[in-house]
Parts: sequence; structure tokens; C-alpha cells
Amino acid sequence: MTDQTASAPGAADHLPGDVKVADANARAKPGTRVNGSTVVMVLYLLFLLLPIYWLINMSLKTNAEILGGFSLYPRNLTFSNYETILTDPSWYMGYVNSMIYVVMNTVISISVALPAAYAFSRYNFMGDKHLFFWLLTNRMAPPAVFALPFFQLYSSVGLFDTHIAVALAHCLFNVPLAVWILEGFMRGVPKEIDETAYIDGYSFGGFFVKIFMPLIASGIGVTAFFCFMFSWVELLLSRTLTSVDAKPIAATMTRTVSASGLDWGVLAAAGVLTIVPGALVIFFVRNYIAKGFALGRV
Amino acid sequence: MKTDNQRAWLLVLPVLVLVAFSAVIPLMTVVNYSVQDTFGNNQFFWAGLEWFRDQLHSERMWDALWRQLAFSGIILAIEVPLGVFVALNMPKKGVWASVVLVLMSLPLLIPWNVVGTIWQIFGRSDIGLLGYTLDQLGVDYNYTQGFYSAWATVIAMDVWHWTSLVALLAYAGLQSIPDAYYQAARIDQASRWAVFRYIELPKMRGVLTIAILLRFMDSFKIYTEPFVLTGGGPGNSTTFLSIDLVKMALGQFDLGPAAAFSLMYFLVIMVISYVFYIVMTNLDKEDGQ
Repeated sequence: MTDQTASAPGAADHLPGDVKVADANARAKPGTRVNGSTVVMVLYLLFLLLPIYWLINMSLKTNAEILGGFSLYPRNLTFSNYETILTDPSWYMGYVNSMIYVVMNTVISISVALPAAYAFSRYNFMGDKHLFFWLLTNRMAPPAVFALPFFQLYSSVGLFDTHIAVALAHCLFNVPLAVWILEGFMRGVPKEIDETAYIDGYSFGGFFVKIFMPLIASGIGVTAFFCFMFSWVELLLSRTLTSVDAKPIAATMTRTVSASGLDWGVLAAAGVLTIVPGALVIFFVRNYIAKGFALGRV
Repeated sequence: MKTDNQRAWLLVLPVLVLVAFSAVIPLMTVVNYSVQDTFGNNQFFWAGLEWFRDQLHSERMWDALWRQLAFSGIILAIEVPLGVFVALNMPKKGVWASVVLVLMSLPLLIPWNVVGTIWQIFGRSDIGLLGYTLDQLGVDYNYTQGFYSAWATVIAMDVWHWTSLVALLAYAGLQSIPDAYYQAARIDQASRWAVFRYIELPKMRGVLTIAILLRFMDSFKIYTEPFVLTGGGPGNSTTFLSIDLVKMALGQFDLGPAAAFSLMYFLVIMVISYVFYIVMTNLDKEDGQ
């Protein structure tokens, strides 16, 4: 880098014109560095995508081919594994169940988090900081600690093996997440907007729904994505709280492994199908992923 | 500035009720079990702090804790430098930046048990690319039998799963550096290392702290991925805290010890969360100025 900065000695004495020259040179020349970056990125992406490729590869083979010999790509391309899943209710109902409780959870989380996030971003009130911290501890709590008590709690109120039980259990970490992310977005909206709306005679509810929510629409979208995702990827609680009627796809997968043992093709196909929902919508939130994972900060 | 308004409590009330239902009640159940003993038949009697004493002297718990700390330490030592390195090499703008962002995020969106499944298949020496290749190279690799193989696979899996998170956060930090800083560095003929050390690293400090804390906490409660991959084995060699806890509570139904264990586990997480919170609020203050 050093030798490439063109007008070396005394460049600082000159005025912006020179800076531009130096800038242009620095941009044009370091071809080596760009190549280095490309190599690093290609290697890293290769590392990320190889295991996923292998899963897809497996899902397109028959079990005979998987166990018969090693090959880098499916020789006899087959979709029978996917057919098995999409025609057998005990398989595809897993996806339906997962979808149901994930959507329920997302709706519940966002609708309770919206007013709370607004309160945290706009007002000081007694205990607000403690409350905010307490919410965070729930996001950080190990689900393993809650598995047994949840099981007993939901059994005792007759909600065991229902979708709503899993949806409520996942609120444990999704509501705090939603509050934190939404608060991060709401802080970016100037307070003057609220005040102007009140002067214009809006009630709180009218202002919130008609003016404020459209302003943070992207924030709501991002929050929905993260609630959806964290509920979708969780296994421990959803498996503990269900047995038959609301059994999620994740649990269906683990049980099939232990039961039939060697059905690798179907297992791989089921895995691929669980990646699809996230992969479909990730493009829309790509610029907010860091923000979402960092709980609305960054 | 925020205004004082006690009626804001009404707005947080729904969250309070919901989280109280899904967090406080279960936690109280745990506290309840942690101070009682039972001989079955749902008859409980007071045991005081016995279970806590028990757990503090239990070799099993300490072993799991050391394994957990070793695991968290190792993955942090790999993921943080690697993530920063990747972030420095990511394309800044254009189509490729989007493509890279999407591809890098993929592992983050995969259900955790599928992450385990992916590596289970990938690492098998008969059908997996990794296992087969290592086998052909003459490496003695079998993640279900060998201690080192199991650890290496669990760590590789976590690095694969979460390095992108560190990279994305570091990338977000890098994006916030104004071009003028780099121009000034060029005028001063700063070396690549100096640019990193005095411009990029200080600007990434905040996001990196968040990344480290998040990774530490999430790795500290890891359950599903190693459970699917190794089931805690071979022996107990990859039995981390959560796996051990689930074995104790749901497997053996040792409610008292499991509850005492849970509370101490939770306490550790609370302390770390507090550090996290302080860091976050300090960052918010810096932003505000």
C-alpha cells in the first residue's frame, strides 16, 4: 500500500486536488489486494457452501446410491426423497405444524412488542431500565433451564401438544428480541413527528397505526423476519412441548433418525426443505441482518 | 430527550404479562424444586440448600462447566479473528456485496438440528465429503468414536455456523467509517496494518464487543447442534452444560439437582447479560452524542 500512494512527500501540504489524485491512484493500482480479497471470499464461501451442497447432493440420491459408493454428484438424479416427504402426512404435517406455531409466535411477539418498544424509545418511567435489562436476560436464558417447567406448566393448563403452547414458549426469547430490535428502529424516528401528529388532533391509537407504523414498516418487517427465524430454528422447547398433533418438522427429523436409522436420503431432503423458507426471504433483509442479530444495535 | 411519563407502563403491560407467564412462573417452579426433595408420589419435603451444595461438589457439573468454557473459549478464539478477517475482505458495494451477504447469512438461518444433521452427513467417513476425504488422506477420523475428532467436528460446525455473524457485525462497523479517514491515512502513507490498527479496529470496537458477548452467551447455551451430531459423546466428551442439564432433568428426572444446576447456570448467564447490557447502553450514549 505505502509505495502506491502517488504524490508521496509533502502531499499533505497540497490542497484537495492532490488528495483526489492520490485517491484515484490508490483505487486503480492495488489490483493485487482486490485479488487477495476475492480469493479469501471464495475460500470462505466454499467452506460455507460445501456442507450445504453435500446435503442437497444426498437429498437427490437414492439410499442405494448413497450407501453403494462415494460420488461427488448424484449419478441417478431422483426426486423420490422429496416425494416421500411431500406425500406422507407424518412428514409434511411437521412443516405445517412448524409454520403454524412460528406464524402465531411472530404475530404475538410483534403485537405486544410494538407498544412496549414505543414506550421504551419515547418515555422515561419508573423501572424502565431494569425492565429492559430483565427482557434481555430472557433472550439470553438457556432454553434447557426452561424445558421441564414449561412442560409442567403447559400440561397443567391443558395446552400440551398444541401449537399455541410452542408459540407462547418461544415468546420467552422472541418478545425481548422484538422489543430490542423495534426500539432500535423507533429511536431513528424524530420525536417531532409524534408531537406534530398530536397537535393535528390525532389520538394515540390513530397516530400509532396511521402515521408511526408506516414510518417504521421496514423495522417491523425485519423484526418479523427475526422472530420467524428464531422460532423456526429452535428445537429443544418445541420438541419438549409436543408429541403428536403439533410435532414440528425438527422433531420429526430427529425421531426418524433414531427409528429407521439409515434413511439418509429422506433425512437430507427434509433438511433441505427446512432451509428453503429462510433462503427465500433473506434477500429482502440482507442489509439488516447484522442489526437483527445484534438486537437492534449497530 | 425522553419525557417522564408513568402511563408508559400501560404500553409495556402486555409484554410484562406475557413474559411473566413464560419466564417468571417457570423460573419459580425451578426455584421450588431446587429446595425440595421427593421420594416420588408427588410428595415433596424441604431440603434447604442441600442440592446447591451437592452440585457445587459434583464432579459431573464441574466437568461439564470446564468443557463448556473450553468450547466457548476455542470458538471465540477462532470465530472473532476469522470473522474480522472475512469482513475486511468483503466487497464494499455492488451486486457482489449483496450476493456475498446473502450467501454468508445462509448458515445462520438453518434450523439448529439441521446444522447438526448437515455435519453428521458431511463428516461420516462412508458417505460424507469431509470424512471420506480425511479417510483417504489416512487421517484417523471418526467423530462418533474419537475424542479429538468429535471436538474438532463440533468446533468446525460452530465456526461454520456462526463466523458469518461476527463477520456481518464487523462489516456493519466498517461500513460506518467515512472515506475521509482512509484518505487521511493515505496522505500519511499509513501501512495496511496501521490503517487496521488505528482506524478500522477502533471503529469496530463497539460491534466487536457485541459480537463477542453474543457469541459467548449463545455458545454457552448450545444444545441442539452437538446433541444431534454427537449426542454428547463419545462418552461424555462433548456433553456441554445444556446437554448435561437436559439429561439430568428430562432423562433421569432428578428434579432437585437439575433445578439447583439450572439456577446456578442461569446466574452465570445473568452476570454476563449484565455486562452485555452495560456495553450496549454505553454504545447508545456514544451514538447519541
